[in-house]
Amino acid sequence: MTDILPALSRRRALATALGFGLTIEFLGHKAFADASGQGRRKLVVFICRGGMDGLSVSPPVGDPNYASMRGAIAIPGFGQPGGALKLDDTFGLHPALGSVHKLALKGQARIIPAVATPDRARSHFEAQDVLENGGVAAYGNMTGWLNRSLQAMGPGQVKAISVGATAPLILRGGVEAASWSPGTGNERDPRLPGILQDLYANDPQLSRALASGLTTQSMAKVATADATAALGSPDPMAGGDPMMASGAPAPAAGGGAGAYGRQGLPAARQLGATLGGFMIQPDGPQVAAVSLDGFDTHANQGSSQGQLANRLAYLDAALDGLAAGLGPAWNDTAVIVVTEFGRTARVNGTGGTDHGTASTALVLGGALKKGGIVGDWPTLGQGKLFEDRDTAPTLDMRGVFKGLLADHMGVDRRALDTTVFPDSAGVAPTPGIVV
Amino acid sequence: MALSPDLAAAIAVTRFGLGAKPGQIAAALPDPQGWLTAQIRPEGGADQPQASAPSSQQRILGLRQYQLQRRDAAAAGDPKSDPVKAAFKLIHDETGADFIARVRLASSTDADFRERWALFWCNHFTVSATKLQTALTVGPFEQEAIRPNVFGRFEDLLVASSSHPAMLFYLDQAQSVGPDSMAAMFMSGGGKKAGLNENLAREILELHTVGVDAGYTQADVTEFARAMTGWSIGGFREGDNGGRFMFRASAHEGGVRTIMGKQYAQSGMHQALAVMKDLAANPHTAHHIAVKLARHFVADDPPPTLVAKLERTYLGTGGDLGEVARTLVLAPEAWQPEAVKFKTPYEFMVSSFRAGSVLPQTLEQIGPALNGMGQKPFNAPSPKGWPEDADTWCAPDAVIKRMAWSEAYAAKALDGRDPSQLATDALGARLTPLVGQAIARAETREEGMAILLMSPEFQRR
Repeated sequence: MTDILPALSRRRALATALGFGLTIEFLGHKAFADASGQGRRKLVVFICRGGMDGLSVSPPVGDPNYASMRGAIAIPGFGQPGGALKLDDTFGLHPALGSVHKLALKGQARIIPAVATPDRARSHFEAQDVLENGGVAAYGNMTGWLNRSLQAMGPGQVKAISVGATAPLILRGGVEAASWSPGTGNERDPRLPGILQDLYANDPQLSRALASGLTTQSMAKVATADATAALGSPDPMAGGDPMMASGAPAPAAGGGAGAYGRQGLPAARQLGATLGGFMIQPDGPQVAAVSLDGFDTHANQGSSQGQLANRLAYLDAALDGLAAGLGPAWNDTAVIVVTEFGRTARVNGTGGTDHGTASTALVLGGALKKGGIVGDWPTLGQGKLFEDRDTAPTLDMRGVFKGLLADHMGVDRRALDTTVFPDSAGVAPTPGIVV
Repeated sequence: MALSPDLAAAIAVTRFGLGAKPGQIAAALPDPQGWLTAQIRPEGGADQPQASAPSSQQRILGLRQYQLQRRDAAAAGDPKSDPVKAAFKLIHDETGADFIARVRLASSTDADFRERWALFWCNHFTVSATKLQTALTVGPFEQEAIRPNVFGRFEDLLVASSSHPAMLFYLDQAQSVGPDSMAAMFMSGGGKKAGLNENLAREILELHTVGVDAGYTQADVTEFARAMTGWSIGGFREGDNGGRFMFRASAHEGGVRTIMGKQYAQSGMHQALAVMKDLAANPHTAHHIAVKLARHFVADDPPPTLVAKLERTYLGTGGDLGEVARTLVLAPEAWQPEAVKFKTPYEFMVSSFRAGSVLPQTLEQIGPALNGMGQKPFNAPSPKGWPEDADTWCAPDAVIKRMAWSEAYAAKALDGRDPSQLATDALGARLTPLVGQAIARAETREEGMAILLMSPEFQRR
């Protein structure tokens, strides 16, 4: 045995660390919409995995039952220390969502406070599958609705790309998905990609992945430079996760070691800005999906500060970076932030919340129509909770997605009802989210 | 088996094992199936990565000690105390050593089917290092709860996992308190709110045993969570129990529970044990495990006949996992000549180390690269564990990263050796003429080795 190995440079290790906890996948194409006049429209889907607690994202501090049901994890009211950032008389935003709140004050961010997928099993994995496959059941459909929507926008014209090492269900399907994440090394041997492409001639899976990865790599150089310029930060590595600098397995920001959570914020911002940098390139993608994990807060979830606050700060930084990276293109952009399910209305015995039903979705972007909350608020009153336990859904998540795809991306209703969200004619597109 | 002996030997080592070391395919050639069954070890279980490492109990007590010191330092206003740095160091040193030991075992063992089998169960009972407590105890969890039991009865493995502090921390069981228990009344008297946490109960049903399609309801989950109350970890001041599994009778919700249509009248910790016994014997569990095993070893979409065989053995032997392993390696369906399983990043790196006779020394050498390929050490994204399918791992960015790593690895590790010989040693009869030729025609030896590692037949198993 020879005890040698390539020691990766510190800088490369840091670059790799930026991908920690956050993956971005995006898709796009350049040609389809010139004729329809929607060629520059952009759609970004953030998936917050683990069951994001809607009652903390947009705390209904004006709801008479909120504070008592939530106990120690309730977000304090408007104007109090660590209090909710006011949206209207009932709702605020979590104090960690400062950038989102600034956008909301400009009419560029709104909340959907009681939205759920059709799934009611309270299983992460089933609910995430349903969220991403666009159906009513987890099994039997292993392609994603976002991928199928691209097919509907213009068959054969749409290319797909993913930033992040692995491919999420929402982007799997007939449209090829590329991917990119920070830290992709420059190959030393310029011959190798060509040799491998020859070897992969009879291996469609590897050959597609490699070709797509190579294309994206060259695009990434421009996107990263644009992002750095947009943020005005000379060092994109600043504030990287110190654990990952040495390659050690770090506690996730959403885990018990909450003290580390905020150190990833510059990285989150840089990643959001880089995504924006991709999307403003002439050949860049117009549709994107971003995954964040660590939202499964069964214990010690915290209130204005703590475990969940750290994850929300991370989300806020990524959204802020995205807006910065997009620059003027933000005005043509709609972003939606969703999760597989909400959490129990009442705090549990361990300072956290268990798997629930409806949660909050956020919609953001310069393309938004100004207005209050989207959908109805069922309240937390007596008899109003779903199974006396969870926020009751007032909107089907598929309707919200359909509304965005129809009004923002110009996907026709028939395709939405049949191929993008199978057998969903009974679920109307939610109107009035975008201009 | 209609396979040639050469191909059967290559499949034995590369598909069921962790990738061939030089000479290993030759060793398996006389009897490929016998080479595998000889690695099934019902008595000793799987191999242990570390001969002597601090136990989970020692680490939990160490962590509590450190937390107390930190509190005292903060109270004293000691500016020199840097708790974040100290915690980083703890995790880096302890957990890093656990992980590197695990990679070194996988990269060097001659019994690599046994190790793959153990890794399957580590992933089935995932504990992820997403909390300080689980980061420190995931290594000991695998050593103490999983590895000794992987060729024994599934029920024992289930109980060992469900009662280990790492799992009790990870899925929040340690703090779950029966709402009507003595402990809850005591705590509410002190102004604290205590109650159920159903996380572990739900995941035992959904992920570890019967699976999400078994027809249980939310009420079953909550009832099981009530039965599980009291399964906890001893505290700092609880003598010998400190840092170990401890049943807290005072936190247990008394009474008869009804779970999936059956009543459980047992008292104390025997109630949840009785539930686990039934769960282990449930045909849904047999099916769930058979599908997962077949998917891991054979194909993302496994042959139903293979699944049925595994299921039958499981049910016929009372969940004897050694017998299930034997059924797997003796089933012709598992020996299809085409390699369709795309290696996970961990499998890819380990098989590269084996092919190159390399033992990594430090976490820095593997952690960042694994993270970049999407499989951060000890950090499965959820209790479901790492995914198994090619659609997940064969993504553009991940393939680019594998390519970059292969080049860097070849440049450091080849040391003047002949890549064509390495290819023959690593793949045997699975090496295609196309790839053999590309390696022989490479401009440099290092390029040849990178081609080997990135070849379709090395990326798959």
